[in-house]
Amino acid sequence: MCGIVGLYLKNPEIRTRLGAYFSPMLEQMTDRGPDSAGVAVYRDAEADGAKITLYDPDLHFDWDGIAAEAERDLGVSVTVERISSHAILRAAVDAAAIRRWVEANKPSLRIMSSGSSLEIYKEVGLPADVLSRFGVPQITGSHAIGHTRMATESAVTTEGAHPFNTGDDLCLVHNGSLSNHHRLRDWLRDHADITFQTDNDSEVAAGYLTWRLGQGATIAEALEAAISDLDGFYTFAVGTRDGFSVLRDPIACKPAVMAETDDWVAMASEFRSLAQLPGVERATVWEPEPATVYSWGRA
Amino acid sequence: METIDLARVAVRDLNRRLQMREGDNGETEFSVLNPGGAHALAAGLTHPINVTIDGHTGYYCAGMNQEANVTVVGNAGTGVAENMMSGVVRVKGDVSQSAGATAHGGMLVIEGDASARCGISLKGADIVVQGSVGHMAAFMAQAGRLVVLGDVGADLGDSLYEAQIFVCGTVASLGADCVEKEMKSTHKSELEALLASAGVDTDASGFRRYGSARQLYNFNIDNAGSY
Repeated sequence: MCGIVGLYLKNPEIRTRLGAYFSPMLEQMTDRGPDSAGVAVYRDAEADGAKITLYDPDLHFDWDGIAAEAERDLGVSVTVERISSHAILRAAVDAAAIRRWVEANKPSLRIMSSGSSLEIYKEVGLPADVLSRFGVPQITGSHAIGHTRMATESAVTTEGAHPFNTGDDLCLVHNGSLSNHHRLRDWLRDHADITFQTDNDSEVAAGYLTWRLGQGATIAEALEAAISDLDGFYTFAVGTRDGFSVLRDPIACKPAVMAETDDWVAMASEFRSLAQLPGVERATVWEPEPATVYSWGRA
Repeated sequence: METIDLARVAVRDLNRRLQMREGDNGETEFSVLNPGGAHALAAGLTHPINVTIDGHTGYYCAGMNQEANVTVVGNAGTGVAENMMSGVVRVKGDVSQSAGATAHGGMLVIEGDASARCGISLKGADIVVQGSVGHMAAFMAQAGRLVVLGDVGADLGDSLYEAQIFVCGTVASLGADCVEKEMKSTHKSELEALLASAGVDTDASGFRRYGSARQLYNFNIDNAGSY
């Protein structure tokens, strides 16, 4: 079992309240996943640069030192913002350049996300604690995706928590378990040059979508293809820079419910996550059909 | 009428009251407010009372119901009226998976749509769905009746035992050992009576009847070599 939630604010006027709307949704899913929790937030897109979320378990880690080294090597200004065990590095280069620099020079650091607007925060612990540690209730932005984890396929670690990011501004959360992830991971590693940081089955799904997008597919097309290429049980919520998508496997064992108003569209494993969203009493509420891709924004 | 507001009262206290475990003062009309998608609302009731829940419910609403008449003015989550023994459960909106799972008796009326596995392992209850149902409806259903006014998804009645199925709309596909059967006048009058008791005003002549071909659940000596 796991809990997943997604919220996309259609009305720009309420984007200052993204975290306030989103945090109770995730906390409601504590029963489904008390092991660890994670949040992907899309905000403040860097106009001509990149940001990368890094993780080190040491709360006193010298992030300023990392920024200084990166600045020296990359030849551009690099800023850093510490947020608990994570840090956001921003620089006027493309995201791949910073990612490559970290992989080559600081292999002990975990890359949680890279892109221009995506930030990912995840930790072991109760969702309420993880939310407050990263200040999620105060966060602003256009959309967010979250996960509460009850681990079945791999260890309870920060790295094994969701969301997973394997391509720029792409992230995925997963409720379920994949059965062909070993073979697919090998194939993606050998044929598509996708790198993986964990043994987690859900990271393989994120890597698969990254590969499809790299081949020129839209996120909707990539998810359509996933229906035949991924074997197992899943409800996915996928975030991109401009939107979010939802897909359930054809058997639809894993739950999902969606709700939409003029102001927002939301999905969750269970309705109780949506029950406190402002305006939910006027929302259209429905259960997404199996093997059907739902997309919002310019997903 | 006694009103119980779940914004102020815990689910456990609600159910203790509705199960009359705090004593029975003769009240038979209950209104439940602010369900907020909570699980197991009005589960395990054993008294002939009327309960109206105003809003959307979570998993297993009115599960194991006996005697009570429970109405959800909203949608219901997974397993509404699962293992119901008697009484009536009515949902004004849509329901999620496994509605009426293993229900032995009573009636479940769904005014909207039901998703996957509606009436899975049905054991004697009647389920009337005014909208459409998803895939694997009446999977391994042993007894009882499933009536669908709308359309039915793939694999209807897979591995069916002796439950009866009536469908007015289209059927995407039949599951293993489920076949269409002749709709005789006795079946039509039986269906008319069932629709009337569900409070559904529709013409029974537009329905088709499905049941078990009885090839799967009887041991067949010709297949002995396969075991």
